Amino acid sequence: MRNLLPVLTVVAAIIALWYGAAIMLNSTWAQDKATRAGTTLSMTELITDTWSQKKPKLPVPHQVAAEIWQTTVEKKITSKRSLIYHAGITFSSTMLGFVMGTALGIALAIGIVFNRTMDMSVMPWVIASQTIPILAIAPMIIVVLNAVGISGLLPKAMISMYLSFFPVVVGMVKGLRSPSHMQLDQMRTWHASASQTFWRLRLPSSMPYLFTSLKVAMAASLVGAIVGELPTGAVAGLGARLLAGSYYGQTIQIWSALVMAAALAAGLVSIIGLVQRLTLKRMGMA
Amino acid sequence: MGVIRSRFFAIVAAGLIGFAILFFMTRSNPAGGLRWLQAMAVILIWLVCWATNAKLANLKLSSQNAQKARKFLVALFFGLTVLLLWEITVRVFGISKVLLPAPSAIASTFAASTDILWVDFVQTVLKGALSGYVLGCGSAFLIAVIIDRFPFLQRGLLPVGNFVAALPIIGMAPILVMWFGFDWQSKAAVVVVMVFFPMLVNTVQGLQDTDAMQRDLMRTYAAGYWKTLLKLRLPAAMPFIFNGLKIATTLALIGAIVAEFFGSPIRGMGFRISTSVGQLAMDLVWAEIVVAAIVGSAFYGGVALLEKTMTFWHPSQRRRT
Repeated sequence: MRNLLPVLTVVAAIIALWYGAAIMLNSTWAQDKATRAGTTLSMTELITDTWSQKKPKLPVPHQVAAEIWQTTVEKKITSKRSLIYHAGITFSSTMLGFVMGTALGIALAIGIVFNRTMDMSVMPWVIASQTIPILAIAPMIIVVLNAVGISGLLPKAMISMYLSFFPVVVGMVKGLRSPSHMQLDQMRTWHASASQTFWRLRLPSSMPYLFTSLKVAMAASLVGAIVGELPTGAVAGLGARLLAGSYYGQTIQIWSALVMAAALAAGLVSIIGLVQRLTLKRMGMA
Repeated sequence: MGVIRSRFFAIVAAGLIGFAILFFMTRSNPAGGLRWLQAMAVILIWLVCWATNAKLANLKLSSQNAQKARKFLVALFFGLTVLLLWEITVRVFGISKVLLPAPSAIASTFAASTDILWVDFVQTVLKGALSGYVLGCGSAFLIAVIIDRFPFLQRGLLPVGNFVAALPIIGMAPILVMWFGFDWQSKAAVVVVMVFFPMLVNTVQGLQDTDAMQRDLMRTYAAGYWKTLLKLRLPAAMPFIFNGLKIATTLALIGAIVAEFFGSPIRGMGFRISTSVGQLAMDLVWAEIVVAAIVGSAFYGGVALLEKTMTFWHPSQRRRT
């Protein structure tokens, strides 16, 4: 809580900067309008104009807030103009990709920890696969899977999966190897089999690592889902809202989609954080 | 010895049988026919490759150099196996070029269109990603040093920075493209925004990575703030700074490519990928991906190499004995 005051100060400074920047960025258009109308603007007129344009270069926070209020509370959820509807679509492919990526990541990590050949042959490629800017092939994956007849949720989820499996693999390999020699020796003196060692020692001690990487994986998965929505021709989802907004210059719409995406990311990550705290507490680790 | 040799021959024989089945079947009946037999042959070849690799991985080696070479060879062999199986599968089952071009087809497209690829490389990587990377990491570093001086700012900005680093920043791309135009400036801006916060958070963390004992020692030497910063805290922060720089390499390429989906001049890797997908010219798309993969790995590898030479003294870089 002792960070509350500094954080609030920083946030207030950001909002103040935002309003200031809006005046600067939007004033050209306001002046243009004024000269065409043959009038000159006073300072207050200029400011109120820059803060209330319909297609500003930079919409101010209260405009974005008003747009979000209109598209969430005042629209029905089933409506195509409801931001909740779009966020829901992005959310579902994020979750599907996240679950698939986590499952794949844990499976790979178990293989890598228990099989020497896999450790030596797969691990370097897992790491190398992340230096590839995979988001670049998102449009291709979508189009190709569409050609095979797979469309809708799954292609987007595949991109999310690819982005989210990596942190899980790396974190879980580290976690499954975290028990010390002493602990492993203890298991051996108890004549524990490999599977017993796994279930009773390795898996429990990997939990802190797992949750940390799950948070990263969730954020990555959301990015994957949003980018995966870009090439589908702007049908639905937060990514589609971004694209449609950029086509038609609807900056307020772009910003509201962005804020929604940020809220979604923050919400999902904090849910994992909550589960982490509860689990680790019950396991006696936190 | 005899057991090992006979097993070795069995593996080689199995591999040859697999190839023979494929060869004769594709010659006698190119359209397919006994699909399951072909599939079995492909799986057989895969198993043979895996067995060979497992043998190599579990070989007992005494010298350290041999072990190092083995590590590299096993990974390389795995990669080659994947390429081989990819090529065989595409050829044997006649998978359409639109779905998945064979590695050989991608390679020939790559060789045939180097001029296009070079233009795109210059536009996206050199102009967009690299300038944004330098600007973003540089400004994040400077601001981190400033933040570090003021504990109030530190306590306020770090939580905000951590929060922002988890957000889908890539969504800023359409806005920045609107502000800075379609050319590389807007791509560089996207890259700056993307790499800024990971770099900032890492640097601030690194600057805090000295303990009281070390700082006290500097004080007994009568070292002022700048001297302490230069001689103690920056060197101690190096591993963190390089961690941030490494994370930023991938982000920079992703940012530059994805930003081009929102509008770009008629060159650039992201532009080429999105238009070629529209024309179903998948081999060109794959060639661009190969370029992206090479650039990404080289970029990351370069930073990692720099880290190794600059932080050779750090425990994480010491050779394990």
